[in-house]
Parts: sequence; structure tokens; C-alpha cells
Amino acid sequence: MTVESTAARKPRRSGAKRSTTARDAKKQPEGQTELVQLLTPEGERVEHPEYAIDPTPEELRGLYRDMVLTRRFDAEATTLQRQGELGLWASLLGQEAAQIGSGRALRDDDYVFPTYREHGVAWCRGVDPTNLLGMFRGVNHGGWDPNSNNFHLYTIVIGSQTLHATGYAMGVAKDGADAAVLAYFGDGASSQGDVAESFTFSAVYNAPVVFFCQNNQWAISEPTEKQTRVPLYQRAQGYGFPGVRVDGNDVLACLAVTKAALERARTGQGPMLIEAFTYRMGAHTTSDDPTRYRSPEERELWETKDPILRLRTLLTREGLADDAYFAELERESDALAKRVRDAVRAMPDPDDMALFEHTYADGHALVDEERAQFAEYQASFVTAEEGI
Amino acid sequence: MAAEKMSLSKAINASLRTALESDPKVLIMGEDVGKLGGVFRVTDGLQKDFGEDRVIDTPLAESGIVGTAIGLALRGYRPVVEIQFDGFVFPAYDQIVTQLAKMHARSLGKVKLPVVIRIPYGGGIGAVEHHSESPEALFAHVAGLKVISPANASDAYWMLQQAIGSDDPVIYFEPKRRYHDKSEVDTAAIPGPLHAARVVRPGADLTLAAYGPMVKVALDAAAAAAEEGKSIEVVDLRSMSPIDFDTIQRSVERTGRLVVVHEAPVFLGTGSEIAARITERCFYHLQAPVLRVGGFHSPYPPSRLEDEYLPGLDRVLDAVDRALAY
Ligand SMILES: Cc1ncc(C[n+]2csc(CCOP(=O)(O)OP(=O)(O)O)c2C)c(N)n1
Repeated sequence: MTVESTAARKPRRSGAKRSTTARDAKKQPEGQTELVQLLTPEGERVEHPEYAIDPTPEELRGLYRDMVLTRRFDAEATTLQRQGELGLWASLLGQEAAQIGSGRALRDDDYVFPTYREHGVAWCRGVDPTNLLGMFRGVNHGGWDPNSNNFHLYTIVIGSQTLHATGYAMGVAKDGADAAVLAYFGDGASSQGDVAESFTFSAVYNAPVVFFCQNNQWAISEPTEKQTRVPLYQRAQGYGFPGVRVDGNDVLACLAVTKAALERARTGQGPMLIEAFTYRMGAHTTSDDPTRYRSPEERELWETKDPILRLRTLLTREGLADDAYFAELERESDALAKRVRDAVRAMPDPDDMALFEHTYADGHALVDEERAQFAEYQASFVTAEEGI
Repeated sequence: MAAEKMSLSKAINASLRTALESDPKVLIMGEDVGKLGGVFRVTDGLQKDFGEDRVIDTPLAESGIVGTAIGLALRGYRPVVEIQFDGFVFPAYDQIVTQLAKMHARSLGKVKLPVVIRIPYGGGIGAVEHHSESPEALFAHVAGLKVISPANASDAYWMLQQAIGSDDPVIYFEPKRRYHDKSEVDTAAIPGPLHAARVVRPGADLTLAAYGPMVKVALDAAAAAAEEGKSIEVVDLRSMSPIDFDTIQRSVERTGRLVVVHEAPVFLGTGSEIAARITERCFYHLQAPVLRVGGFHSPYPPSRLEDEYLPGLDRVLDAVDRALAY
């Protein structure tokens, strides 16, 4: 692990350390000496002493396929929003490696708590991508059964889900199960009290939870510097668990580090924080206008670190995939896009009476009364139209 | 020329600008309020002109935003805080309810907390969860807070000036679906009292009371009812804490009937309080029970259902008809 938890034992030293790390923070984003990387932007494999990984050609192609299909799904959703089929879309463009790498590190019995942008993780969990679109279309507030894929509903209120993940992990530990929990959040969310409290609880109860922060450099218009003056992964130290920064555009590094962290959690060694250093290539959501707060050069710089391109370079150079493979994948992408488009267009609006469903599990007299009144009110239009 | 036609959001922007210009102690704080100008562009250009020390992009932490605003106010500043959307005020609810609302009383009046919390609220914009709620009753229920909501650009301008000038904490709810509605603002006028309700359309048969985004719906309903020969008076409450019961009472004494309209759920909402008080005050004038039109006892629905959830013209007119039928 990159950082040992010395803070709790030696508060004075940690105070001294803070000034050094504050200086480090100024070097961001270039202060990447601590960055775990296994695949360079040029598509070269590099070794890391702690996080060795030796994927088979099939596994490499699988990761590539996941990223390509996820990007295509995301692009299709963005288009659907432009065409008025979705009210909003939060694109994951640029974050495919962070999501696929971490998502493919999971075991079936692990549990995931996402934010609202984890489309790639959902893909890895086997959630049908069309299910993710219901809430963005405005026909539901979630739309899938979290327990059928161990993938919780999206959470819009920033940071809340990190506490749910921690509590769920506490339950896993109480049950004596050896599963782990993976909680996603953003660099902006790291400022929320809930996230700090989830760090405290998970450390105190040694909960088998891995915190996966996708630092995509921006929280809407605010850069990471408006959230923290030390690299985010270093925060873990103060809570007494390890933190590590990984190249978030390197799918292999994300896979290796998340695997190690989940394994650590499963074997009773408690929580860990992973900061995936990545970049949000698009707007925050389709309602956002990033030209107001960031330069086009910044995006161009990050394009050279594209997570998909670098794995493609590796696959091609090593002869692990040929043109026929890429062409076939392209066809598969087209088919996915079409399936998603058709499904969204066919997605019906909910029935009016859905307003009165599922507010309570056990029923509620007030809801019953309002349902009856509303039904009567609706019926009065029909009666009027029919001239009865 | 002081009078100018502007949108409700521009009026808020102009009001914040005036406040920043006239009092160096005024600060703007919130998420994305700087370069972006807020997600609704309400603070557009203010950071450019007043600097990052006065217009402060905060970390993404609502409890932190309100908690530090309290500290700044204790130190003599007058923070105007922006909460990005209604549904995101709850991480700050603890600070607002347990601290902001009570410190004046606890200090036996020695401590004043001139903090304004601006919250874009309400539905009708096709947004996802937590972006369309009307939590005003949750704040009005708390002693120590004042809760207001403008319905037009002029009130948006003036009520915010008055809120910033107030030594009490004020929750200023902005009807986000009216941000683009334009009306006349006279920045040289002398505004009326902040918490006074206003009769915005006189009528004889029934009083419609509304505030914020629902004033327009109430006015539209009154216009539609007029075509059927019904004379509806519309009262814009403007303030939910305190509530100007006198103005409503005077109106109801004339019309004999009252329908209260708001987007928030009817159950234990602002309308419930008004119905109870007006029944106490006007029992012998009332020719029908006070009716309420509002949201249901359900979470704010996905956007494809919000037209059913929100009180529209039909539901308001239905209530008007029921009240007139007594
Ligand atoms: C409590 C709360 N406050 C404000 C918001 C509005 N909001 C939605 S996303 C966002 C930025 C989040 O940034 P970050 O955590 O870095 O995640 P990213 O969207 O970049 O993936 C904000 C301010 C919210 N959803 N919840």
C-alpha cells in the first residue's frame, strides 16, 4: 500500500507531513509520482511492484470490448438527450477505464453503491443498459432491482451512498460473509460530511468497503483544488486506512488495484480508498456548458491519455486483435446503440395512478384517500367528454 | 432610468450586484457561483466584477456552506448563500434548524445572524429527482427562520434586498420555473413591507391564495374563471413565515371563500396552516370550507408525471368550482 496509517498514532508527525503534502498538491495534476500505472498512454505495459497483473489475451480483449461498448452506449444516450428522448444525461466519456477496470475486479457476491455516472460499472454488473435510462427519461427514479445484480440504485445527492455502502459492509462482516462492497463517488463529493463520516465508520468498524473516488478533475465548474489541498488518496491516512492513487485512464491498473483492495477487505483488513485520477471529457451533464470554466487545450491534453486508445494500441501491437475483431466489435456497438435507441423510444410513460404507488410498503390511509380522490377527479374528465 | 423589464433571474442578479456594491460585508457563497455563474446563471458576472473573496465558490458541502456562513455572520459579514437545488438543502438542514434558527434566542438577542439562503425550488422543468421539490413548510415550521418567495421580477429584486438587509436568517425560495418570466422592475421604487401579502387581482366570489411559482397559475385560473362569469380574487402571499393573515382575512371577508394553492404536498403544508387560521378568524364569513390544492403524499414523481402531480389550471378550477358549489 502506498500510504501507511501513521496519523492516528503520531499526530505531531502527521501535522508536519501536512505541509509537505500541501506543497505536493500544488504540483497537481503533474505530481503523479505516486500514480499506479500498468499501461502507459502509449500502450506500453509497465510493472508495478505491488500490483502485478497478467491478463490473458482474452481478458484484455474483454476489457477493451467493455470499454468500447460502454462508450458507445454513453454516446447514444447523449444523442438521445439531444433528440429530446431523455431529459438529461450524465456522460462517462473518458472514465471508461476507471469504471470497467474497477467493475471487472468485482466478484458476483460483492455489492456496488454507485453515483449517477457509473454506467460502465452497471455494464460490468450485467444491468441492462436500457434500465439506466428510465430515470434520465423521467419515467422512474431508478428502475432496476438492486438485489438482482448487487448494484444499488443511482444516488443523486452527492456522497450519501458512501454511508450506505459502509453500513452494508458492516452487515456483510456481521454475517461472516466474505464479500466486499465498492462505493463510488467523485472528487467533489469528497467534500461532503457524509463521505468523511463513512471514512470514520468504515475505519472504526473495520468494514469491508472499498471507496473508489473517480477524480475526473471537475465538480461541475469547480476544479479539484476547490475541494482539497492534499491529493485525495492521502486523506485515507488520517482515518487509519490506506489510500492509493491509480491512473484512472489505465484499465489494467484500475483492475489490479481494485482487485487487491477488494481482496484486502474480504480478508478482514478493512477499508481502502482508491483515487482514480481521470478526466471528464464531456460536459458535467447535458445541461452543463464547460466552455464557461475550462479550456479546450485541457481536454486535448487528456485526449492523448484516452483509455480506449491505449489498450487498442497494445492489442494491435501485440497482435492480440486484428481488423476483423475490431470490425466485429464495431458491428456489435451499432447493434447495442440501435437496441438502446429502440428501447428508449418504446419506453412508455408511467400511468397517472403510479403517483400513488410504492410510497409505503405497508400502505397508508392518506395515500389511499388521495388515490381515490385523484381517480374520481380523473374520471370526471372522461364523464364530461362522454357527455354523461 | 430606474424602471426596466427584466427576467426574474436577472432581477436576482441585479439585486445581488446592488447588495455587493452597497455593503462590503455582503458575500455570495455556494457551489459553482463563480465562473459558471451558478447552474441557472443567477450569479453570472458577479465574481468577475467583485472577485473571488466576495463571490466564493465553495467546496461541495452544504452543511459546510451554511455552517461557515453562520461563522462569517458571527464575525460581522452578511453571507448570501446559494443552495444549488431544493433537494440538496438537507445536508445543511441540521445547521439551519439547530444552529442558524436558534442562536439569536440562545444569546438572548445579543447575536444576530443576517444570513440569506437562496434556494431555487419547485417543479415543472422536467428535471431528475431532488431537483423539483418544495420544502418550504419544513423551514416555516422552525421558529427563528423567515421564509419568503417572490413571484415576479420586481419582488425578486426587492425582497432579496430586504432579506439581505434583515438581521434575521431568511430562506429565500426562488421559483425556478419562473426564472425566465419577465416583468417590470423599478430599482428606485420604495418597496412595501417584506412580509405583506398582496392582492394581485381583485375579485368578489372567491379568494385564491398562492405564492412563488403558483401565483401565475392562480392568475391564469382567475382569468379562465372570469370567462365563465366568476370573479376570483388572487392574493400573492409572498411570505410563508410570517404569513400575512390580515390581508387574507380581509379578502376572505369580502369573498367568503378561500382556496390555497401550492406545489408542496397538501398534508401539513402551508395551506393547512392558512386553512386553520382563516377558519378561526373568518368562521362566520366563510360560505365554504377552505380548500387546498397541492402535491400529494408521495415523493416528487419522475418528470413524465409531474404535470399530474403539480396543481395546474384544471385542478385549481376544479377546487374553485367545488368551493363555489357550497
Ligand atoms: C448534496 C448535493 N449538492 C449538490 C448537488 C448538485 N451536483 C450534482 S453533481 C455535482 C458535482 C459533483 O462532482 P463530483 O463529485 O466531482 O462528481 P462528478 O459529477 O464530477 O462525477 C453537483 C454540485 C448534488 N447532487 N447533491
